[in-house]
Amino acid sequence: MSVQSWTYIMVGLSFALYIGIAIWARASSRADFYVAGKGIPPLLNGMATAADWMSAASFISMAGLISFMGRDGSVYLMGWTGGYVLLALLLAPYLRKFGKFTVPDFVGDRYYSQTARFVAIICAIFISFTYVAGQMRGVGIVFSRFLNVDITLGVLIGMGIVFFYAVLGGMKGITYTQIAQYCVLIFAYLVPAIFISLLMTGHIIPQIGFGGTMADGSGIYLLDRLNGLSQELGFNTYTDGSKSTIDMFFITAALMVGTAGLPHVIVRFYTVKKVAAARSSAGWALLFIALLYTTAPALAAFARTNLLTTISNIEYSAAPEWFKNWEKTGLIKFEDLNGDGQIQYRGPKSEIKNELTIDRDIMVLANPEIAKLPNWVVGLVAAGGLAAALSTAAGLLLVISTSIAHDLLKKELMPDIGAKQELMAARIAAGGAVLIAGYFGLHPPGFVAQVVAFAFGLAAASFFPAIVMGIFSTRMNRQGAISGMVVGIVFTAAYIIYFKFIHPELNSAEHWWFGISPEGIGALGMLLNFAIANAVSRVTPPPPDEIRALVERIRVPLEN
Amino acid sequence: MMTKDNHTNTYWKTNLRYLATLLTVWFIVSYGCGILFVEELNRIRIGGFYLGFWFAQQGAIYVFVVLIFVYVQLMKGLDKAHGLDEQEKRGDSSL
Repeated sequence: MSVQSWTYIMVGLSFALYIGIAIWARASSRADFYVAGKGIPPLLNGMATAADWMSAASFISMAGLISFMGRDGSVYLMGWTGGYVLLALLLAPYLRKFGKFTVPDFVGDRYYSQTARFVAIICAIFISFTYVAGQMRGVGIVFSRFLNVDITLGVLIGMGIVFFYAVLGGMKGITYTQIAQYCVLIFAYLVPAIFISLLMTGHIIPQIGFGGTMADGSGIYLLDRLNGLSQELGFNTYTDGSKSTIDMFFITAALMVGTAGLPHVIVRFYTVKKVAAARSSAGWALLFIALLYTTAPALAAFARTNLLTTISNIEYSAAPEWFKNWEKTGLIKFEDLNGDGQIQYRGPKSEIKNELTIDRDIMVLANPEIAKLPNWVVGLVAAGGLAAALSTAAGLLLVISTSIAHDLLKKELMPDIGAKQELMAARIAAGGAVLIAGYFGLHPPGFVAQVVAFAFGLAAASFFPAIVMGIFSTRMNRQGAISGMVVGIVFTAAYIIYFKFIHPELNSAEHWWFGISPEGIGALGMLLNFAIANAVSRVTPPPPDEIRALVERIRVPLEN
Repeated sequence: MMTKDNHTNTYWKTNLRYLATLLTVWFIVSYGCGILFVEELNRIRIGGFYLGFWFAQQGAIYVFVVLIFVYVQLMKGLDKAHGLDEQEKRGDSSL
């Protein structure tokens, strides 16, 4: 069977599965819709969290990103996993004990302030929209590349599916579909990785093959071969970095803390039965995420070695078939600058001009073809990419709809509405959010890539310190928390806007403060937030007694 | 009431001690081994891996997973010791 038919089969089957689950797991109450009735077992919640967390970017782009960055790519690997340790140890159990439904709920109640709640709502909505636009785009891209469907139609199909199970099932429907989506995406990621590992190193486990010797009988370690090839062609040595230590440090910190502060991740821990379950489900989530995140760097090294050996210095006319296929999509561009009919792929340090531009997404999308894997594997990768994008999009849409219906409408604007009307409002908001996300998917604002730094930076500089201090300090008061959040957000936003939008030409190490790039500035914003909040809270009145009691209460798993 | 307060106090203090220990490990494997001392560690090789590089792209993540499960176990013991485990209580107290 052809690649095309396999893709239709894999994608069709997986979609049918999601729809079936959505019908089976309809939400009937507010608690169902917001937090899946707080009845999800930890292991399954871990799986759902993993699917929620791993987006189209993790699935499609990350391995490619690492492939081109070498050691510098470690910031993403450590940053997007290390945050779960913070979540499990510092946030999840206490927020679960606190109960309620959302992050703004906690911020608003703990700091006995509608202003604080409002700041939190705005951040939650902004962060989620930033993220969801990218997911819808991802859906469209997978459709257009694998099924030759127009991007518009692809986005519309994706919107339809998400609309169906998010509006119908709320958190309950989303959770059970995410569990299925995790299984699809991890299978789709591991199968090609295992094939390629076997092919290149003879090891069935990619994480081991990564440090193994080449299977070509040369006895050379794969990483040494890769380093050698990289130097030869004028690229940076793969296992050495080019980013400065301080920048690596701050980017990793911003991503870790940002991860722990992302509302769509935090809210998942409200869905389990008990405090102990919130702790262990964070563990399961990270285990399931680690399965993909430790495979990605191995895949990155395999793909890079494969790429450098197969296409450098070969005759263009003799280029492999996948090369020509992906050239049509514009993801590979070859320009014969010196007119010798050969492909010269060179790095910045080479004296020979580079003639080849390669989009990083190729590394995962074309990998099965590059490694000559069977057609069904290619279909599987398409289904996996869609699962990753849809599961994340659904989680984000839920945060948006809860923020609007519960936090904004019920808690701020119309406190008198009943549970039924609130649920209806949540459904309408979810529907509206799908439409807006779809619009951004069809007409992506040019700044999508830049604003991802925003989402993490803001989460790091606003939510994380506010929540951590809310739990670990009984002295932290409204004035401290609000001034901390405002300073953190304004500082981080100003730095990013300055270097990304106002003066992009100055965006280089010599102009940065302390050599910290806009990607890492959220970590400094977080430190500022902590410092300001502490200073202000010392000179303002302590929080009321009932707030101290609330803090004491969330610190222990049981009422006593 | 005094005794209960003391009880909660020791519970919280022990919890903070666990957090400090585990987060120190968390910091060392990622920021320490993967970033600050990566060059030094890269002089050590294990199979094809350079040790610092391995920590940054593999090792730190494995340790993260282990850390969370260690915390889960530690807290399970602590909850039990203080009679705060939710196992046998009827229903879900916080709902």
